[in-house]
Amino acid sequence: MNGPEQREGRIERRFAALRQAGRSGLVTFLTAGDPDRDSSLRVLRGLPAAGADLIELGIPFSDPMADGPAIQRASQRALSAGQTLSGTLSMVAEFRRGDEDTPIILMGYYNPIYVYGVEQFVADAGASGVDGLIIVDLPPEEADELRIPAEAAGIDLIYLTAPTTDDDRLAVVLEHAGGFVYYVSITGITGTASASRADVAAAVERIRRHTALPVAVGFGIRTPEQALTMASAADAAVVGSALVDRLAGHVSENGSAGPGLVDDVLSFVSELAEGVRQSATKGAAE
Amino acid sequence: MDGLNTYRSGPDEHGHFGIYGGRYVAETLMPLILEVERAYDEARADPAFVELYNDYLKNYVGRPSPLYWAERLTQHLGGAKIYFKRDELNHTGSHKINNTLGQILLAKRMGKTRIIAETGAGQHGVATATVCARFGLQCVVYMGATDIERQKPNVFRMKLLGAEVVPVTAGAGTLKDAMNEALRNWVATVEDTYYLIGTVAGPHPYPQMVREFQSVIGKEAREQIMAAEGRLPDTLVACVGGGSNAIGLFHPFLDDEGVAMVGVEPAGHGVETGDHAASLTAGDPGVLHGNRTYLLQDADGQIREGHSVAAGLDYPGVGPEHSWLRDTGRVTYATATDAEALKAFELCSRIEGIIPALEPAHALAYVMGMAGDLPKDHLLVMNMCGRGDKDVFTAAAELGVEL
Repeated sequence: MNGPEQREGRIERRFAALRQAGRSGLVTFLTAGDPDRDSSLRVLRGLPAAGADLIELGIPFSDPMADGPAIQRASQRALSAGQTLSGTLSMVAEFRRGDEDTPIILMGYYNPIYVYGVEQFVADAGASGVDGLIIVDLPPEEADELRIPAEAAGIDLIYLTAPTTDDDRLAVVLEHAGGFVYYVSITGITGTASASRADVAAAVERIRRHTALPVAVGFGIRTPEQALTMASAADAAVVGSALVDRLAGHVSENGSAGPGLVDDVLSFVSELAEGVRQSATKGAAE
Repeated sequence: MDGLNTYRSGPDEHGHFGIYGGRYVAETLMPLILEVERAYDEARADPAFVELYNDYLKNYVGRPSPLYWAERLTQHLGGAKIYFKRDELNHTGSHKINNTLGQILLAKRMGKTRIIAETGAGQHGVATATVCARFGLQCVVYMGATDIERQKPNVFRMKLLGAEVVPVTAGAGTLKDAMNEALRNWVATVEDTYYLIGTVAGPHPYPQMVREFQSVIGKEAREQIMAAEGRLPDTLVACVGGGSNAIGLFHPFLDDEGVAMVGVEPAGHGVETGDHAASLTAGDPGVLHGNRTYLLQDADGQIREGHSVAAGLDYPGVGPEHSWLRDTGRVTYATATDAEALKAFELCSRIEGIIPALEPAHALAYVMGMAGDLPKDHLLVMNMCGRGDKDVFTAAAELGVEL
């Protein structure tokens, strides 16, 4: 990001700070509005203090085709409670009033954005303080219509790569990648199997041959120990379904949040952060 | 033609029909989708593959299906001369096998050993289970729990054919949920598994590939009507859920200016009630299941559940080529309600001795509404794309008959 019109974004600053501190980062995923907007916002506001280095906020969608049961149910809970895309953007804006530094990446499927209107969405997301977008069902071949206006608004389009992404394909995927690279460590949906450290380390090395962007590893990371293992093989570890499961444990049959929800989710984030903070210095190779 | 030289050249190399179509899938699936495309392009250019496909169409499916003059229906309605393209006479009872046969040959060619499919009414599931049995491949069919309940005979058929039927309870437990679950399974099983999509939707190359396998319907109809009448038909009519039978009939005629085409969508309890699955009539463009197309959705881009008495039409999307044909105006899209389809179902049974599936009963309902106003030399071809055996329980319940 060294074009004259580009300022250094929060994502870039955060990864630079992590490198400086000699450790890898923790990326947390939760679905916006799960199980209701108020609880979700309270968790969101508590994440930086609990140790989340970057925040992924899921855009609820009726048909989350790449997600396992935990995140499917999270989407359903949020939608049942009335969460909309504009409601999600306003949550980010409220979060930004108390935190100018922690990057927020919206993650979801393309249809809600397309229906919102790409130009309008990019303008509103930028104004709300969104730093990046991960759109699961928008491969590079289809991404220009979102990527170009997003980049113009200073929002990175972050791409996923998978074990099935061979070197030829990596070159295509990473050509326009921004922010960081999200390595999906298993061939599967969220919240299912876990990969081995050796496989992940090899994959991350392969990605690094194609890009200088930081690499975050996700899918199947459930414990502080796994978070440390994966984070130390990359620049950051993403924890999603396990956090969503933790949250879901405090949601009653009728969808309302129990009294301990916010504190318990944040204390789990603290445990994960403690794990990740033990990651060794990786040097400044990249 | 109006501004376009041809309506038959799509999709482009990225699978787009105008702004529709494309490949909106998770990156994990992209390499596989590209592999399917490469393999399909090779296969259809290979005369041996084409010959093999045609041989099975003839000797296993029973093609060509007749083009039948529905004489009594024609007299009853008192207008246009009505022909049925009898794809309900195919092995397994619908047009679905034209496609499953083509794709199973492709899957075998690709060395895949496990087939997954989604199904709504169960017709595609049965057609998939059938070819898997024939070619000795493992078969897993994802089916909404609600659909399993209302299509028990087809569930039993699939099991009899050796398929595993996986109930999907997410969402409303219908076709779109089954498709989500099939995609989730595919992401996790890409090495050995081929996803056999049943309609002209999904990521490229599926809409194009399924259309080409189904185009046998229109190619035959073209030859048959020329033989019977010495000229092309004036109007083609077919029901549209995902739209594979309709595109199969329409596509070979798209560049024949004098041939009008009508796709009939399910209006359920009435388009005005919101309880329908008429995505081209009452939906908006969006992105779902790998392609951009018209969808039933709310203002926030959340997909709505469709409703139709015909489980095979009960899908909130439609094939992307239909979206493009709608916008260009080349094909007209109309609707028929549950009640109108049931009336057509009864009438056709009684006066033609053909029990239609509830899906083509929608096309028939439209024909019943318009044929009487047309001159007697107006040639109309309707795609009778499925037989109604599977629907007798549903129809009995709707008509208030206890079995």
